[in-house]
Formats: sequence, C-alpha cells, structure tokens
Amino acid sequence: MKPDSQPPTGPASSDRPILPRRRVGRRRRLDGSGLAGWLFAAPALIMYGLFVLQPLLLTIQYSFYNWDGVGPGEWVGFANYVRVFTDPDLLGPIFNSFRLLIFFSVIPVTLGVVAASLIHRIASSRFGSAATTVIFLPQVIPLVASGIIWGWLLARPGVVNQVLEAIGLERIARAWLGDFGTALPAVGMIGIWVLLGFCTVLLQTGMAKIDPELYEAARLDGAGWWAELRAVTLPGIRYEIGVCLTVTAIAALAAFDIVYVSTGGGPGRATTVPGIKIYIEAFLQRRVGLASALAVALVFLVLAVILPVQRLTREDRT
Amino acid sequence: MPWGNRRLAWRGAFRSRGILALVAVLLAACVGPGAQSTTTSAPEQPTTTAAEATGTTQDSPSTTEMLAEGPSCGTEEVVLNAYFETGFDLPFELADEFSAQFPNVSWDIKQDQFTNLMNATPRLLSGDNPPDLIRLPSMVSLVHDGLLKNLDDYAAAFGWDQWPQSQLLQNRVAEDGTRGSGSLYAMGLNHSLTGVFYNKELADQIGMTEPPTTVEEFDALLAEAKARGLQPIMAWNATASGGGLAFPLQHLMAAYGPIEPINEWIFQKPGANINTESNLAAAEHLQRWIEAGYFPEDVNAIEYTDANARFRGGEGVFIFNGDWENAVYDGEMGDNVGFFLFPPLEEGGQLAAMSAPLTFGIAAGAPNADCAAFFFNWVATNEAARQINVDVGGSNPGGPADLPVPPASAPITNETLAAGAEVAKANGQMDFIANATGAIFAEGWTPELQEMVGGLQDAAGLLEAVQAEYESQLER
Repeated sequence: MKPDSQPPTGPASSDRPILPRRRVGRRRRLDGSGLAGWLFAAPALIMYGLFVLQPLLLTIQYSFYNWDGVGPGEWVGFANYVRVFTDPDLLGPIFNSFRLLIFFSVIPVTLGVVAASLIHRIASSRFGSAATTVIFLPQVIPLVASGIIWGWLLARPGVVNQVLEAIGLERIARAWLGDFGTALPAVGMIGIWVLLGFCTVLLQTGMAKIDPELYEAARLDGAGWWAELRAVTLPGIRYEIGVCLTVTAIAALAAFDIVYVSTGGGPGRATTVPGIKIYIEAFLQRRVGLASALAVALVFLVLAVILPVQRLTREDRT
Repeated sequence: MPWGNRRLAWRGAFRSRGILALVAVLLAACVGPGAQSTTTSAPEQPTTTAAEATGTTQDSPSTTEMLAEGPSCGTEEVVLNAYFETGFDLPFELADEFSAQFPNVSWDIKQDQFTNLMNATPRLLSGDNPPDLIRLPSMVSLVHDGLLKNLDDYAAAFGWDQWPQSQLLQNRVAEDGTRGSGSLYAMGLNHSLTGVFYNKELADQIGMTEPPTTVEEFDALLAEAKARGLQPIMAWNATASGGGLAFPLQHLMAAYGPIEPINEWIFQKPGANINTESNLAAAEHLQRWIEAGYFPEDVNAIEYTDANARFRGGEGVFIFNGDWENAVYDGEMGDNVGFFLFPPLEEGGQLAAMSAPLTFGIAAGAPNADCAAFFFNWVATNEAARQINVDVGGSNPGGPADLPVPPASAPITNETLAAGAEVAKANGQMDFIANATGAIFAEGWTPELQEMVGGLQDAAGLLEAVQAEYESQLER
C-alpha cells in the first residue's frame, strides 16, 4: 500500500533514465514497440490489479454494506463510516497507533542517522561492514518470527528479566508484554529492533552520495562530528530521511503482524491498533462492512500522515 | 472442549496462516456481498420448517430412501471429506479405527488450527467441496446462513433422541437463533468437564487431605499456600490464549447462584443478563483472589500451554482446567495429579462444572452426509471407539444411558469421569461463558479480566462491560 509503488506506466517512462540520449528517436519507436512494452508489463500489471487494486476496490465496496461474510449483504450507505468516527472503542486503537509512531518511526530514524554517520566514518574498515550487517540482520527475519522470539525474551521467566535479575535490578523485572504500563513500549522496542537496520542502510547509501569534498571543506573549517552532521550530512540525506519516515510511519500506522504475534492487542486494549481491530471485526465479529470501513479510514489516516512528509522532502529536492 | 482448543490454537504457526486466510477470503469474496447471497444459500438444504423439524416427512428423495433402511456408509467406496483440528489426536485415531472396521471408507482429512477453522468455516461450508465432517467452533450464525445439515432425521433414525438429552442440548438451535432447543445441527464426539486439578505433593504440604467441600475451605487452602510461599493457583490470561480467569470466575458464579441463568445467557435467550447479583458476588470473590496474589503476577502474559507446563513442573498447587488436558498431565505427573469439582458455597450444595461437546457438524451440501452421520453414531456406541475416546480424548464419550463408560488407562481420567457422573446426576452442566457469542471471549471477557488483573477494572465494571459487549454483538 505504499503510495509510491505505482505500476510501471509503459516503456516510455522507464526508458528515460537509462537511454537519455535517444530522446529523438523515442517517439517513433513507441508506435512500433508500444504493444511489446505493454506485453512485458502485463504480468506485473495483472498481478497488481488482481492482488492490490481489486482487494482495494472490494474493500471500498464492502464498506457500504452490513455483511457477515457469508449471507446476503445489506446496503447501508455511510452508516459504517459514521460508526467508525463516533464509536469511542475505535478511537483507542488509533491513539495507540500514534504512540507506536514514536517507536516505529521517530526513534529508528533518529538512531539510524546516528548509526549511519558513525558507520560512514569507519566505512572503509572491515568493522564498518560488520556493523552494517549486524544492524540490518533483523530486517531479514520474518516479522512473525521476530514477534515470537521477543515474546519469549520479554516473558517473566525470559532472558531480559534474567539479565535484569543478574545485575540486581529484579525490582523492575516484570512480564513486559503483559503489563499495562510497558506492553506498548515493549512492542515498540521490537519495532525499533526491526526497523533500525532498514533506516541505517538506506541513510548510509544517502551519505555515500555526498561529495567527500564537502566533508573535507568542513573539516578544514574545524567542524567536529556534530557540526559536520548538522551542516553537511543532514541536508545531504534529507530525501532518504523522507523515505525512511514514510516507510516506518506506514509500518506503525498499519501495524499488524508484530502486535498480533507478541501481544494480540492486550493486555486489555493496551496495544490494540487499527490493524488488530480490523481483524477482530472482520473475522471474529463477522462485521465485514464495518471492518472494511475501518480499513478505508486507515488508508486515509496513513495518507494524511505520509503526504506532508513526501511533500516536504520533494520540495526540498528541487 | 472448545475453550481449551481455542487457546491452544493461538500458538505459533497459525498466525502467519491467518494472514494468508485473510488474503484468501478477500479473493474468494470477489463476487461481492450482494451476489454472494445467491450462490451461498445452499440450495439443497431445506430451511427448517416446523414440519421438517418434527417429522420424517418427505425431505429430499435420498433422505427418505435412507430412512427406509437406515443411513450407513453402504458398501461402495466412500471418501469422507473432513476438517479436523491440529494438535488433537482423538478424531484422527477414531478415523483410523473406523476405516479398519469399514474398509470401504477412506478419509481425505485436512487439518488446521482451531482459530483458523473459526475464520474459515463459513467459506468451507459454502464452498464447492462442502465437507462431510467438520470441527465446529460455533454454530448459530452457520445455521442462520443455512450452511449446516439439519440432523433431526438422523437423530430419529439412529435413536439419538432416546439418549440422555443434556448431551444434545448444546447442539440444538431454535428458529429464533437461540441455542439449547430446536433442531439438532451438530454432534459431540465426546463431552468435556472442567474443575480443579491439583498437585498432590504440594497439596500435602498445605495440609489438604481431602478435596475442599465448600468455597470457604478452598479459600483457606489458597491462603495457606500463599503463606508457605507456594503459587496457589496457576493460570493463563494472555490475549492469544484468551482470558483463562474466566474458568475460576464461572465456577464461582455456579457456586454463588443457580446455573440456569448462566446457560440462558450462553444460549442467547432473549433478555438474558450476566450482570446478576450472584454473579457480581462471584466476580468480587475473584477480584479478592487477584488482590490476594493467588494468581501468578505475570498471569496476563501467560499462555495456555505455558501455564500447563509450569503446573506440570510443580509451580502452582491448583489449576482450573478441563479433562482434555488429562493425557498430558498423566504423562508428566502420573499419580501426582488429582482432580476435584469446584465446591459449592455451602456443603452439599449444587455441584456444577463447565461441560461442552467436542462439536462436529455436516455441511448442508455434503455428498456423504449419511456416512458422516453413521460415523457419529458409531463413535458414541462402538466399544472400540468409546475406548479410544476415554484413552486419547480423556472425556466422556456420551451416547446411550445404558452403555458403560470404559475404564481409562490414565488414573486422572477415571477421576474426571467419576466427577462427570456426579455432575450429570446433579444436572450441573454449563456451557462456557466464553462461547456465548463468536467474539465475546476476545472482545469481552479477555480484555476485561486482564484489566481486572491490572487493577483497572472492578467486579461490577467487568460484568457491565461484558453485558454491553454481548448486547452489541447480538444486535448486529
């Protein structure tokens, strides 16, 4: 559901960056090979239509029905949407997802900048690539597996508490995912662990593009690490930061797998996010229409958060 | 057994499959809800009219024919298309034995976790290849959508209506959508029983020589265990497993008041209310147990399987659970595990326990419905099947009143079977409050009980919130 993952729009646009010098002959070729281009794109387009567009449109359709998933559906107009925006039970999950935004988005991007700039300085050494690998590794592990592993680590008899007890901190040892105060931050911690690697690697690539002469000039002017970061690095990777914020914010607002596997939305409703609520409404309550309306609302919520970020970084670029 | 199963089902593997299921459902639903109704209303299944429910008059021709000579699996090759629940051996072993006795019957068994089945059942039943036999999580909405075969004719043909009727009640659905009366839509392969399991060594340490006969005596034992630094009650209350504190709560409800209103609430009788005076007293009692620290401090993070592993490992004097766990307890604890029914408030008062059939149904359009029904009858009446039932399933096989329950290999199973007979004599069977509606457990009991553990909810608020959720779910 990434807004930037548009389908390829044909050979014309994809040709442009690769073959810029053939600009003159391009128009004529389009007529001859246009069909072939569409044929090449067809498998991807069909898959995209079948597995992305169709479910999206169906979800919008269902959101106007009162439907239990099996029997006949009953057209109810905007009633489901009215309920989404008036039911206090549905506001809690949205609030929770904004709290998750801090853990899934703000912290990984901030730490990512720090980690990437540190690694950038030692990039040439063997230690640099080792550090990148270690930080990126969680990204390779399936989210469901991450959720299960962290569920064990954070349990009362788990490793985290064993370590705390070993260093004399048994007073704060607890069932991290089962405590009302710590469940959401604990889930957020898993998110940081997963998303930090993605942000670090992406930001590192951005830093690699910055002209080394800029750093040299800054150092000649006596800039330390902090001044270098502020004056050279951050402006240089603004676009990459935008991408990181976009991807991680979507991960936070549309979170499902990590939360579902580690806490299931509990204890109470402490970690219930919109994704969990949609699942419960659709599959346990069998209110497919209401669940669909909530899903559509979630799409708009995500867009409302993402579009400003996109706009800011785009403008800066040009 | 639906409870125990549901909790187990949430472990591990199914979670990724849940996402697949979601995708599958979205795809399968592509016709759109309006058009769906025409294809899924199961044309062969006659909607239950009063005439059909009461009599054996003309149904489809095949049904009349079958009634003439009794439904069976015939002599031709039959492949039964079945959906069983992963992690529970009983149906698989029964299927093997059935094929051994009736070689013309073979099985095409698909298995899945309970929660997956819960989500997928409507689609499986309404799909192109409706199952002959399927484990049912709940039934009212399935009956409402005409997806399940009405078993009244089979009940008449096999004489199920001569059996003790309490075992069939929970599988009956009336025309107004309430359970507990009306036509029969499912059969139980066996009938579970809940109560209190205890660790005999630890019980010795706190001076328990006899099972408690009143709630007060039980309270004293809990206090004694706490004073000696033992974990009085092992329990689970994590979201994935569901709020296991509903077990002690319902037992307390049955001690404080009559069980009929509880069953009426579970069966969705009009006007039923869980927020009664006696239930409030029960919930307050549970709250006192929580505040006294009788449950593990991390109970909100303990899953069902973890709780049982910790109990088997010697952590916890007592655990509220059901006889489906017998074989596992027996394997690790042997003679060290005992069972008693939760005591009444006053000595000699009403004995009660939660008890539910291990429910299986037949799809409305199932091609081998006769054979599946014959299988139900065989499970309840065949000697070998009944033996498998107690040995593997650990629960009472039910069936006709005059058939003896075979002795089990595990001593703990013989204890629960004997206790079950007492409950039956006292007419003390309740269904599970967690099964009142499809989502009352996930959206009502579990979060509210967790909040009670966290000190964010009190007894009155708990019952109020659950009742409100119940009413909103029934409104639909």
